[in-house]
Amino acid sequence: MQKSLNIDPNKCTGCLQCEMACAYELEGSFNPAHSRIKIFHFEEQGRFVPYTCTQCAEAWCLHACPVDAIKMDATTGAKVVDEATCVGCKVCTIACPFGTVNYNQSSGKVIKCDLCGGDPACAKACPTEAITYVDANWTGLDKMREWAAKTDTGTTTAAAKPSAPAGH
Amino acid sequence: MKHVIVGAGPAGVVASGILRKLRAEDEILLIGGEPEPPYSRMAIPYYLIGNVKEEGTYLKTDADHYKKHRIDYLQAQVTKIDPKKKELHLESGKTAGYDKLLLATGAFPIRPPVPGIEDPDITGCWTLADARLIAKRCKKGTKVLQMGAGFIGCIIMEAIAATGVELTIVEMGDRMVPRMMNETCGNLIKRWCEKKGITVHTSTQVTKIEKRKDKKPRYLIHTKDGQQLEADLIIASTGVAPALDYLKGSGVETDGGILINEHMETSVADIYAAGDCAKGRDFSTGGYEVQAIQPTATEHGRIAAQNMAGVQTPHPGSLNMNVLDTVGLISSSFGQWMGVEGGDHAELLDEENFRYLRLEFKDDVLVGAQALGLTQHVGVLRGLIQTETHLGPWKEKLKSDPTQLMSAYLAKAQAQTLP
Repeated sequence: MQKSLNIDPNKCTGCLQCEMACAYELEGSFNPAHSRIKIFHFEEQGRFVPYTCTQCAEAWCLHACPVDAIKMDATTGAKVVDEATCVGCKVCTIACPFGTVNYNQSSGKVIKCDLCGGDPACAKACPTEAITYVDANWTGLDKMREWAAKTDTGTTTAAAKPSAPAGH
Repeated sequence: MKHVIVGAGPAGVVASGILRKLRAEDEILLIGGEPEPPYSRMAIPYYLIGNVKEEGTYLKTDADHYKKHRIDYLQAQVTKIDPKKKELHLESGKTAGYDKLLLATGAFPIRPPVPGIEDPDITGCWTLADARLIAKRCKKGTKVLQMGAGFIGCIIMEAIAATGVELTIVEMGDRMVPRMMNETCGNLIKRWCEKKGITVHTSTQVTKIEKRKDKKPRYLIHTKDGQQLEADLIIASTGVAPALDYLKGSGVETDGGILINEHMETSVADIYAAGDCAKGRDFSTGGYEVQAIQPTATEHGRIAAQNMAGVQTPHPGSLNMNVLDTVGLISSSFGQWMGVEGGDHAELLDEENFRYLRLEFKDDVLVGAQALGLTQHVGVLRGLIQTETHLGPWKEKLKSDPTQLMSAYLAKAQAQTLP
């Protein structure tokens, strides 16, 4: 069973531990600006919403990449940017309808969540279990994917099943 | 069943992969026109600036990709199509048969009819061969004149400027990237380039190019507004047009691009078209047009391949969108960025810091956007436009503060996913 990040904004206190853990894990600095997970603050409601990549099946980023730099990790299901191959063209950043691939101007490459190879630092750092790493079929991901499907242009792998055997 | 794909850019290569996935036993022939393995034109600026080697521009990182997937690759020029015999004529005199044919022949650079422009030393920046030539000729102090400040003109500017040349741009439009950005934004990009030491002339055009035999710099360039500019090297990035010549007499209907229906079929049975050569469906207008952008080319390729494989897949339309890096200043535009009749907009301008965000609405739905200096979560603009999310009260909030974009997105588009 593949696991995925489950996010429960009701439990988020906005402490930003996840952002710092992410930045430290992936960039070696406690600078939230480098984090792949972001906490958004709804001031009026006093609400915090953690937000990152859902590792969606459609993988717009992966399909849009012109140089084959985004690949799927077969173990975790994460869509991972190969830094050495990424040229920094940013096409994936506009193709992802969730806006979870970002361009890092200092490295000239794009960055996105890679699930830390199956041991996500954000989930470990979260003191309130607002971010947990659980079996994929548990999460709100399906709903998110349903929403994402509206952006679909008939190009998902799910849609790509032959409806009738086309003759030879 | 034999599938033949003409053109080995993103549309053709994506199509070949999908066809292999769906039709394990079929024969697939991919024909490319250039000597290199299939590569991405999008990656050329990064090759030019030295970030990647030539191999870094290839569409597939695995050198054995085509062999592994039993995709036959042929480098050839297709000169004619004979749908009656279901045959392609190649420049070599050979022919190749097909059962299903995909035309993904892309576009080629065009130049304005200016006296002197036919000089063979004037180069475009479209192919790897062009890039090699530019890299060789751009030396510190070389005077370079670049015609055109469209998408390609802008994206190669950083690499050219980085070689230490003296760069001058001549653009016909009243601003930079006029087909992607409005006046405010296009002029901000112009000011940015000027700050970086590049000379930019807008609202004018080259009217005559003189090549001087005995004097350096060897080119004297006359402009419409009466200027005389000198250059050692001229780069023409004055637009591209669909490659259609080989279709004469084939019966495949064209009108500034190959006409296709929502299943990517041309007017001739068993012939499909995809990518920069095809007039595909536009998400925003429902009309058919040549978008000539990378994400659309790959969408076309996938959908065409599915239809060729017998999986009936209508194309609901691709969203026109672009992301551009002009000497380090990042801009993007989406959908109906120029606004719609009876529409409404939100705008944020910070000239000093080269920041701009403009959102176009129809009722309470986002239909277009332009952004300058935005690199974080920029994809939500696509998400909001293509899901036609009703923003409700968030539209007014965005009008008073467009930077609330992410909050609006989370509150409206993602609301259903939050417990």
